[in-house]
Amino acid sequence: MDEATGTGLPNRPGAQRMRWKYLDNILTRHGPFTDPDWEPGEAAIEGLARAKLLGAGGLGCEILKNLALSGFQDIHVIDMDTIDVSNLNRQFLFRQADVGKYKAEVAAKFVEKRVKGVKITPYCGKIQDKDEEYYKQFAIIVCGLDSIEARRWINATLVGMVDDQDPDSMKPLIDGGTEGFKGQARVIFPTMTSCIECQLDMHAPRAAVPLCTLATIPRQPQHCIEWAHIIAWEEERKDITLDNDDPEHITWLYQKALTRAQEFNIPGVTYSMTQGVVKNIIPAIASTNAIVAASCCNEAFKLATSTNPFLGFPGTDNYMMYTGDESIYTYTFQHMKKSDCPVCGDDNIARPLQVDSDFTLQEFLDSLAERPEAQLKKPSIRSQEKSLYYQFPPDLREQTRPNLSKKLYELVQNGEEVVITDPAFPLTFKYKLVFK
Amino acid sequence: MADLPPPVQGPTAKEKKYDRQLRLWGATGQRALEESHILLINNGPGVVGLETLKNLVLPGVGNFTILDSAVVSEADLGVNFFLEEEHVGGSRAEHTCNLLKELNPDVEGYFVSEPVESFLTNPDSLKPYTLIIVAAPIRPELLARLSEHASASSIPLFYIHSVGFYSHFSIHLPPSFPIVDTHPDPETTSDLRLLRPWPELVQFAEEKTKDLDNMAPDDHGHVPYVCLLLYYLKGWKKSHSGQPPQNYKEKTAFRDLVKNSARTNSPGGGEENYDEAVAAVLKSLNPPEPSSAVKELFKDPECLLVKEGASAFWIIAHAVSLFYTKYGVLPLPGSVPDMKARSADYIELQNVYKSKARRDVTEVTESVRFLERSIKRSTQIEEKDIEAFCKNAAHIKLVRGRPFHVMNAGKTVQWGERAKALAQNLTFQDSLIPLYIAFLAYDTFTVSHEKDGLDNPPRTPGDTDTDADVEQVTGIAFKIADDLIKEAGASIEESEYSEMKTWVGEYVQELLRAGGSELHNIAALTGGLVSQEVIKVVTEQYVPVDNTCIFDGVKSKTSVIRV
Repeated sequence: MDEATGTGLPNRPGAQRMRWKYLDNILTRHGPFTDPDWEPGEAAIEGLARAKLLGAGGLGCEILKNLALSGFQDIHVIDMDTIDVSNLNRQFLFRQADVGKYKAEVAAKFVEKRVKGVKITPYCGKIQDKDEEYYKQFAIIVCGLDSIEARRWINATLVGMVDDQDPDSMKPLIDGGTEGFKGQARVIFPTMTSCIECQLDMHAPRAAVPLCTLATIPRQPQHCIEWAHIIAWEEERKDITLDNDDPEHITWLYQKALTRAQEFNIPGVTYSMTQGVVKNIIPAIASTNAIVAASCCNEAFKLATSTNPFLGFPGTDNYMMYTGDESIYTYTFQHMKKSDCPVCGDDNIARPLQVDSDFTLQEFLDSLAERPEAQLKKPSIRSQEKSLYYQFPPDLREQTRPNLSKKLYELVQNGEEVVITDPAFPLTFKYKLVFK
Repeated sequence: MADLPPPVQGPTAKEKKYDRQLRLWGATGQRALEESHILLINNGPGVVGLETLKNLVLPGVGNFTILDSAVVSEADLGVNFFLEEEHVGGSRAEHTCNLLKELNPDVEGYFVSEPVESFLTNPDSLKPYTLIIVAAPIRPELLARLSEHASASSIPLFYIHSVGFYSHFSIHLPPSFPIVDTHPDPETTSDLRLLRPWPELVQFAEEKTKDLDNMAPDDHGHVPYVCLLLYYLKGWKKSHSGQPPQNYKEKTAFRDLVKNSARTNSPGGGEENYDEAVAAVLKSLNPPEPSSAVKELFKDPECLLVKEGASAFWIIAHAVSLFYTKYGVLPLPGSVPDMKARSADYIELQNVYKSKARRDVTEVTESVRFLERSIKRSTQIEEKDIEAFCKNAAHIKLVRGRPFHVMNAGKTVQWGERAKALAQNLTFQDSLIPLYIAFLAYDTFTVSHEKDGLDNPPRTPGDTDTDADVEQVTGIAFKIADDLIKEAGASIEESEYSEMKTWVGEYVQELLRAGGSELHNIAALTGGLVSQEVIKVVTEQYVPVDNTCIFDGVKSKTSVIRV
């Protein structure tokens, strides 16, 4: 049989298909776990070539390489960042000479050159720049984003896109994240299975040090650095916008912190620690990124080809937690969808939130940033009856500002529902305030 | 002159580049990485080994060498990222080495295109390497020879196999592989010795809680919780015939006592230091017992009898065990968690702990020096090593490395003292031991199906006649499982046994479906795992896999077993 007289697929000609010899063993053979109705061969190969995928975020290098070598041919990539020298220890598509260039562009060009036949379309910007129309074109979205905010945004957007009448509007989201030797890979079928918002409390933010500790009784080197960062800069260099990447600025903070630490006999302030605290640096290594990104892409491959069961199928495991510092440990489980999830839950259910009725509205709003189940930084709030506080527009803000110093019990009833919005998210959060 | 502002030590170019990893393994770990020379013996499609190297070149391993006699084929381009079209027909060792080197100019890379058979005929050929990684498939006599070399020269040896959606790797470490810097979770490491306070701590607590009831509100709210707990413990002991809270019931009663002693008329409605004290009761009112692993260590023959030529680790271990025998506790780690307190009080408290820790180190050091003299050690163990040992004594790990299974035709697998535990696990729902057995059967098949008696690679099961091969490999796998059950003397229920056989059969089928192929994602994931373990072994930090890890990419699960 002459293989070159194929179906006109880009990879069909014999020599080209020789390249995918290994992949084709899997694509052309049944396995013990494949669906009996699954058709191996041509259809599977064709499906893989046609699927358009989106990759994004700090795991982007790994994701692009893995998708390209999984046989996907039409890949888009979004990344707003430019290359920093501290990326080079793990983001393997970048070189010293690329520092300062857009990650998405450099990565796309590199992988296109290395893996012949793959088309990679870069977009240098934020995922939030794009709308539903844009996200609609993809079969699967693979994200290795480094901010929880961006994750919640894409999650809410994909959930919002789902139209019950149109099965094609449901876009599976595969999400990976790492921190040092730890990470996770999860698959979300928007509206069908537990979403990122349902799982929000699995990623609790670190508790902030109280301001009074920083101002009056520092005990740790980090307290001195935070003092320099939050208080001293405001006092002494208010007119200069702090730039975390400006060595002069970091040096200034470092010296301020060091002087303060000496005053209180606190050892341990270093330049590197100053940088870490100010920029909130999370350790990141090549190995964990490789593990988590490959796990995400393995799920994308299984999902797109049906060559094996994948994580995320409703009613099955959808989350793999990974820990690599003490031996190797993974925990793969099914995270359950929450009926009171503000993103994918029942519209009529408000999530109960325990609050101290003695809190002022200001204190309550501040606490929302840290509460694992909320994590909202710029909340506006209204009760069923009135606007309690609005960040925007300015005149409404002025009008509602006096409420900030009022106690919660003066503003709402125990068990009353409130609606909170935050500019970072395209949705409203419904909470039921339960007094402690 | 002494008051000059300290010079600003901005980071060096290297520190900038490696910043995100230096925060994990520090400058000492980095140095160890840079001093190593990794040999990759690459076989098969050759992806998993290169993906491993990628994650070692990026963080700055000193040197690597690729030994690979394969010629680049068209099929390599669809699975291997470190090859390009124009390399087809060339040496795979050479081209992959060059493209890997591009990742990091600080790394030296070498290649050898010679077959491993002839490479190993030179007895010195393995000498330059500090760690060896072998990617399957490889002929068993060669793997056995590498294993002998690993044993003889105490060089860590990794054996990796990635096929289709599955992979596994085994690590052969030296028989005594201690790790001092295990990086335990900071939550678990605080050791405040509240039940065994020493005079200076008692005195400090008494000073800070003097006239506690009549303290001004601001003072009362800033007494460090360590002092509060010691204060209330003293009161408790008086009414409990000198005993601290013994069990859960008493501890919760004690916790309530502390909770109810907090003032409620403060501006914030409570006191943070009391909240902290209450939260600390259950976890810090335990006698400071070393873990069973550390007690095991003290009973080890190498620790009990330190002989001439003993390593620094065993000498310090012996000295610390003497300390433990004398006092019933390990040397004090000396760190204090952050707590609500005035700056000066907290610093003073820190110093109380630090100076006790230093005294403990001094005492251990004296024993170390005595031992050094008695075994006529020519060099002194560095103080910082003794200090590090004392600081982390409760979390020290000793891995007893051992050779992994090398399959040989006609020979049964010896499971030894691991047989019982593994046979027991064999029938667990989530066990990946059936997958490991499938891999062993896969290796056995390749041994017995060599294409010729010469240097050609063995035949890959599933490459052409899958069904026939599945039948054979399944048969081999069943025999391995039966032998394991027999060796363990285990009795397994019929229903469990047949279920286990179903699993083994399915694993074999899925393995052979790949026909020896590597899937890039599985190779990349496994390469991530292996490189992580290489880094742990090279830096002697964190805790490595002991000794076999299995990955199931269908279910997205891993499992670690000791074989």
